[in-house]
Amino acid sequence: MHRHTLAESAAALAAGSISSLELTRHYLDRIERLDGRLNSYITVTAERALEQAREADRRIARGEKAPLLGVPIAHKDIFCTAGVRTTCGSRMLDGFVSPYDATLVERLERAGAVMLGKTNMDEFAMGSSSETSFFGPVRNPWNLDCVPGGSSGGSAAAVAAGLCAAATGTDTGGSIRQPAALAGLTGLKPTYGRISRYGMIAFASSLDHGGSLTRTAEDAALMLGAMAGFDERDSTSLDEPVPDYAAEIGKPLGAVTIGVPEGFFDDGLDAANASAVRDAITVLEKLGADCKPVELPNIHLSVPTYYVVAPAEASSNLARYDGIRFGHRTSAPVADLNDFYMRNRGEGFGDEVQRRILTGTYVLSSGYYDAYYIKAQKARRLISRDYAEAFAKVDFIAGPTTPTPAFRLGQKTSDPVEMYLNDIYTIGADLAGLPAISIPCGFVGGLPVGLQLVGPHLSEGPLLRLAHHFQRATDWHARFPAEFD
Amino acid sequence: MSLQLEDIQKLGQLARLRIEPEKVPDLVAKLSGILSFVDQLKAADTEAVAPMAHPLDRTQRLRPDTVTESDRHELYQENSASVERGLYLVPKVIE
Repeated sequence: MHRHTLAESAAALAAGSISSLELTRHYLDRIERLDGRLNSYITVTAERALEQAREADRRIARGEKAPLLGVPIAHKDIFCTAGVRTTCGSRMLDGFVSPYDATLVERLERAGAVMLGKTNMDEFAMGSSSETSFFGPVRNPWNLDCVPGGSSGGSAAAVAAGLCAAATGTDTGGSIRQPAALAGLTGLKPTYGRISRYGMIAFASSLDHGGSLTRTAEDAALMLGAMAGFDERDSTSLDEPVPDYAAEIGKPLGAVTIGVPEGFFDDGLDAANASAVRDAITVLEKLGADCKPVELPNIHLSVPTYYVVAPAEASSNLARYDGIRFGHRTSAPVADLNDFYMRNRGEGFGDEVQRRILTGTYVLSSGYYDAYYIKAQKARRLISRDYAEAFAKVDFIAGPTTPTPAFRLGQKTSDPVEMYLNDIYTIGADLAGLPAISIPCGFVGGLPVGLQLVGPHLSEGPLLRLAHHFQRATDWHARFPAEFD
Repeated sequence: MSLQLEDIQKLGQLARLRIEPEKVPDLVAKLSGILSFVDQLKAADTEAVAPMAHPLDRTQRLRPDTVTESDRHELYQENSASVERGLYLVPKVIE
């Protein structure tokens, strides 16, 4: 049952060949037995899940239809869940119980999904390995000595190991697509504003995107259909109609042109990864796509641009954590109110979060604001323009998701810049707010490799269709880590 | 760009982060590494390019100025470590 896709489980539930209670118990039992090896969940909401499953079974019995009715999923612990601990992977929010649901959580519940629990992640989504969590590192089901990527690493590990049917994630610099690539999954980050940010704990507001980690593009279409749409509670939510993504993917591929940024295939890309991605591009050609080289002349600026803009926004967003109204409070004696704030924050935030806050404070401080922050915002426009010019010539851009397959725990923790470069191929789509998806396209040394497809704004339907056609022609997405079968 | 020890303590003050003295040398090295990395931006020609704040270049949507939230302070205050009669308490400080 745990090897089924979300679509298969939803169909089996609707047909009555399995009950939501059976399926939910199956996943809860697996989490209980297997998650000790992965640490993919921070909180398991077993009672609530069983209650939701019984309710879903009653709704199915009454003949009700909803796209995800009775399917057990997990939420990244960055999404607020009413009455349930919401930690964002931080000591700062260790005891925080959200008074409300994120819009995404509310919508998935309305679509009938059962919540199994909250998944582990890099603290405040700041990381590419899921090693910065206050609740300990997450491991990759394909090799327990390796990281599952990050920051949505708990969601990736849980879906890959069959500890939920699908999971939500967030992507600010690659935090959905990079773990999806490293764990052999389909990771979709839609257009900026397509999914509401309400109740998604803010990291860098102009870059934060909600999305999903699933086994297939078909599952991603189901998840997106349930999550997408205008929300008046998010001031940057897009007021655009939501297509029927499940219907969109079934259409013929038609004539598509795909641009391949040849600059991505340089020394920075592992040779075996490059070869798997090249093979995938050949598959796309066999499906009828016209593939040709495309230039993104300023893409080399994307990582440095991101590491100015994202920390700047993070230092502002994280100013709200004072330890008084909520969040970690020191038990040490304090000299004055300022000392109280400083101790609460110094104890509550981990090392990487502190580095980002300090970097952000520096680039926003008087005398440096123009040289760093404004300069980076200008470079951001150059990068976005490159994409717009490319999309005047091609329908999609295809390339690698990550420079290498999953790396070992501890391998990159001593050098922040080395860790940051994991997101070299993914950050561009966040800066430009473009929809992007990573899909499995091969294995290197037993570890999955991801192919990244990027499309113009609001092209999620055609993008998912392209990924779906690729998955009908390949079976990389159907592999399952033997140790968790 | 390389930072000095005193820069870190000043940034800590600005960001309201208490930095233990033994952590300062490592922070100086790592933050200097991050800043030299982002210094690559200096080489980019951004003459006559407008700064970009929103990925779709949309402007802020406004809503009517009406009350939409109800008073739920009791629920919200459940997350505070110390509350009395609807007020947040902080440690007593005599200055």
